[in-house]
This record gives sequence, C-alpha cells and structure tokens, in this order.
Amino acid sequence: MSAGSGAAIVVESPGLFTTVQDLGRPGHARLGISAAGAADPIALRLANRLAGNLEGAAAIEMTLAGGTFRFEAGAVVAIAGAEMEAIAESDAGGLPIPAGCAAFVPAGGRLRCGAARQGARAVLAVAGGVRLPPWLGSVSTHVGSRLGGVEGRALLKGDRLPFAPEAAATAAGTDAAAAAHAAILRRLEGEIPGGSSGAMPVVLRATAGAQWDRFDVAARAAFTGGEYVVSGASDRMGLRLDGAPMAPPGDGRMLTEGMPLGAVQIPPAGKPVILFVDHQTTGGYPVIASIVTADQPRVAQLRPGARVRFERVDLDAALRLLAEQEARIAALRMVPA
Amino acid sequence: MPAPGPEPIALSFASDRTLRVAFGESPDPAAHRQVRRLLRRLDQRRLDGVEDLSPAYATLLVRFEPRRVAPSTIAAAVRELLVDLEDEPLDAPRRVEIPVRYGGEDGPDLTDVARHAGITPEAVVALHAGVRYEVHFLGFTPGFAYLGTVPPPIECPRLDEPRRSVPAGSVGIAGAQTGVYPAATPGGWRLIGRTPLTMFAADRAPMSLLLPGDEVRFVPLAGGVAARADA
Repeated sequence: MSAGSGAAIVVESPGLFTTVQDLGRPGHARLGISAAGAADPIALRLANRLAGNLEGAAAIEMTLAGGTFRFEAGAVVAIAGAEMEAIAESDAGGLPIPAGCAAFVPAGGRLRCGAARQGARAVLAVAGGVRLPPWLGSVSTHVGSRLGGVEGRALLKGDRLPFAPEAAATAAGTDAAAAAHAAILRRLEGEIPGGSSGAMPVVLRATAGAQWDRFDVAARAAFTGGEYVVSGASDRMGLRLDGAPMAPPGDGRMLTEGMPLGAVQIPPAGKPVILFVDHQTTGGYPVIASIVTADQPRVAQLRPGARVRFERVDLDAALRLLAEQEARIAALRMVPA
Repeated sequence: MPAPGPEPIALSFASDRTLRVAFGESPDPAAHRQVRRLLRRLDQRRLDGVEDLSPAYATLLVRFEPRRVAPSTIAAAVRELLVDLEDEPLDAPRRVEIPVRYGGEDGPDLTDVARHAGITPEAVVALHAGVRYEVHFLGFTPGFAYLGTVPPPIECPRLDEPRRSVPAGSVGIAGAQTGVYPAATPGGWRLIGRTPLTMFAADRAPMSLLLPGDEVRFVPLAGGVAARADA
C-alpha cells in the first residue's frame, strides 16, 4: 500500500445513522440553508485534537450504534463523545479504544464500533481529516436537504472516505505509523466537559426564548417545573419531548421568523421540540426558551427515553457557563497512553 | 387592534448567541422594508463575530459567536445601524418570471382551492398569475421562497395532513402566501401547479433562483387549465 492520496476508510457497516460532520456552514440562513455540523462540537474538537488535527476538521459522527470501518492505509484515529464500544482489529487481535483516546490502526486493520453505553453520539476522527470536497466551506452532511457530506446522506456500506495516510506518520511518530499492530497512542487527562454524565434527569439550562413573555404564568411554571422524556421520533433536526403539555400563547401561531439553534418551540399540541443542528432556518411556533450554547453537547448526547428538565438562566449566566467550559477544555492535557 | 404608525423596534437575545431585531409582530410591509434595510447595512458593515443573518417578514436574527464577541457589543453595533434606517436605499427588485403548468397532476389541489374560493379553477389561475409577488424571505428548505401576497379570494389554509412528499417544482398556497417547493420534501401547502424550473442548485451561482426582495410573476404554460381558460 503506497502512502499516496488514494487511501480511504471503507465503510463495511455504517451503524445506525452515521454522517460526516465538521463545525458546519453557518452564513446562509437567508437562502434556507441550515448550518448543520457536529451535534456535539466538543466531541468533534477533542477527537480532532487527539488525532493531531485542527479542531474543526471533518470527522465521522455515529449515533447510538457505531459502524465498522476498514483502513486501506495506517491511520491515527481518535474517539470522543458518547462512550461507545470501539475495537481496533489487526493481525494481533482486538484492542479496545476508550473514548478520549487516540490509537494507531495499521493498514488493512478495522475499527469495529458497537453500541453506545452512555450518551448517543460518538465522533471518530482520523489524522488529516476526512477528505471530501467542501460545499460553502464545510463538508457537513445535511440529510434533510440531501446536501453536503457523501451525497447529502448517511453513510452506506461500501462508501469510501478518502483520508491522508501521510498524516498518520506525523500524528503517530514515524515508527508507530509503520507498525503492524494497533496501539493506543495517547489520551486526554482531566475532566472532559460535555455531554453525558449519566445522571438523570439531564438538566438543560436555557435563556428566555423570543416569545417567553407571551406564555402565561402557568405555562412558564410547567416548563421549568416539569420533567420531559426524549421521544424516539428525535433526530438532528429536532428532539421531540413527551410530558405534560403546556398551553402555547394565543392560537399557538405567529408570524414565521428565523430560529436559533437550541430554540424550544411549543407547537399547538403543547409538547416541546428542541430545534437542533439540522433545524430549518425559520419556524412559526412560539419559542419559550433557548438552550445555552454550553449545553449543546448535553442535547447531542440525549438518548430516546432520557429524562430532561429545564432550568431558566439569564444571559450572563449562559456566557459564564460557556467561558467555564472553554477553560476546562483548554486545561485538558494529552498524555501518552 | 394594531395601532396606526410604526411599531417600536425591539431588540432582544433569542439565545445566548442570537440577537433578535423585531420591527413589529404583524405582517406590515413597512416593517418588512426595515428588515431589508437592516440586512443591507449588516451586509455592508460585516460586524466582527457575526456568523449568520436570518431575515424574515418582520424580524432579523443576528447569529454571533459568543466566544469571539460580547452580546452587548453586537447589540450596540446593531443599535447604531438602526439610526436613520428609513434613509437606507433599497435596490430595485430583480424581476423573475416562473412558468407554471396549473392543475391536473401538477396541481392536485387546484379544484379544492377553487371550491374553497367559490370560483372556477380557471379563475384561481387568473388570480394567482395576475399579480406580482415579493420574495419576503427564504426558509424551510434551501431555496424555498415565501412569496406574498395572494389575492384574498384564493387564500387557503394548509392541508390538515401534510403530504409525505411533494414533487420538486410544485407551486402551493398557504394562507396569503405562495411558494415553489425547490426539492421533493414533505409539505402541507395546497398545490395548484408545477414549474419546470430548477429553483435551487448547490453548484450554481446564485444557488437559489429566488432571492429576498425579488419581484415574481407566475406565467401559465399552455396545455393546462389556463389554456382552456383562454380558449
């Protein structure tokens, strides 16, 4: 196997719902184009950092059940986000790769990912990044409009994702890259901020939504006091929540307007919908609250059946949470395994 | 009842990374012109830390990166851009004509719209194709333009049960709005016709056939209901 540019990751089994994502393509909402991007951006950034990439490089996002990938050339890979079983298979047998670790997979080796034990979404990064042609500055997949990524769709068996094997030598050290066996190279040390602690209910902090003032006192109290369950009919566009319905203001309709990521819409039936990374750019249902940016990874890691609660915070608190999170990310150290 | 005169401009944070500028909460054409003027100023000014601008009928969302810029800085900069906003010129609209085959398989709801209006399908077509529309904003899916407003007799509510898939190019009515589905998507608008034009293409410039502010006319293609109406 040459170290030329023709090497690829071959999808032998795609898993439940697996897409290529980076940090998305904001900037085109006025044309109705969703930003998309990694559901858990911290997982993407950390997986890339472990793999030796820029934080926003394109990587593979897996949902609930991961896929099996064969590497045509030796590669340095890293996994972050959900705790998902991942085994690097080579001639020497299988080597489990925990979340928050980078590992070398030799040419011809496989990475076999299983079910997420905790959380919902894991990011698999490869040194050099997944090399797909960008559209509007991003390779993120938006399946709703069939754009970006690989033909705008989730990965299928047989898909080939080009990557740069020469990056493996840099990321692993030349000797390690030439090795025939899989090996753990390094891991993140410290408390990894983000998604899934396993504690229930998951608390989502939220600032007042654009229509907060139009909801009556009872609806606001129900929103902050109630507990909700994540419905199975949830995806990257939105998470549907089951729970005691609350009354939307007026007839429940309003003039269509732009919608922010993390907006909690209350449709006429009264059950909240969290607009997520693939959400439509505009919407016509009132928004009671918007989940803070720091809690986006928590939303990404919610599984169907997870219990959630909302906590109202003000803008200053939201910014503080974000600054603290960034400080914790900056404090993480990579150590040899 | 809405008070006469312009509603006050309201700035608020719709999330910890989104400033919402509202020129009222009702479909007032004057409010919409203000949205377009502010969009123009924001495009020219290119504020640091702003990632996206999302104009709609009476509101404009400014999405920013809170790790790069303080929300208060964005709000202050936008407030400055609101000064004498009425004086901001607007470009003359581009004029776009969209050919449409009305009725039949292309417009399966045309007869329902006619029944709802109490007029003939031919009269619905004549009304729909008889006025100029303005592209108010795009949303829902790439290239989907919300056009207004349809003549009052052919205003029609959405379907109770949205279709699972609407063919690309379908022309629909929802309330006082009309629009063209750029791609096959689920949809609840009443379909009265279909255009052969490609409304959105990712590898074309501009990607979207319709852009905010455009002036649009629908032109009936021969062979449909309209042809019989002409006969």
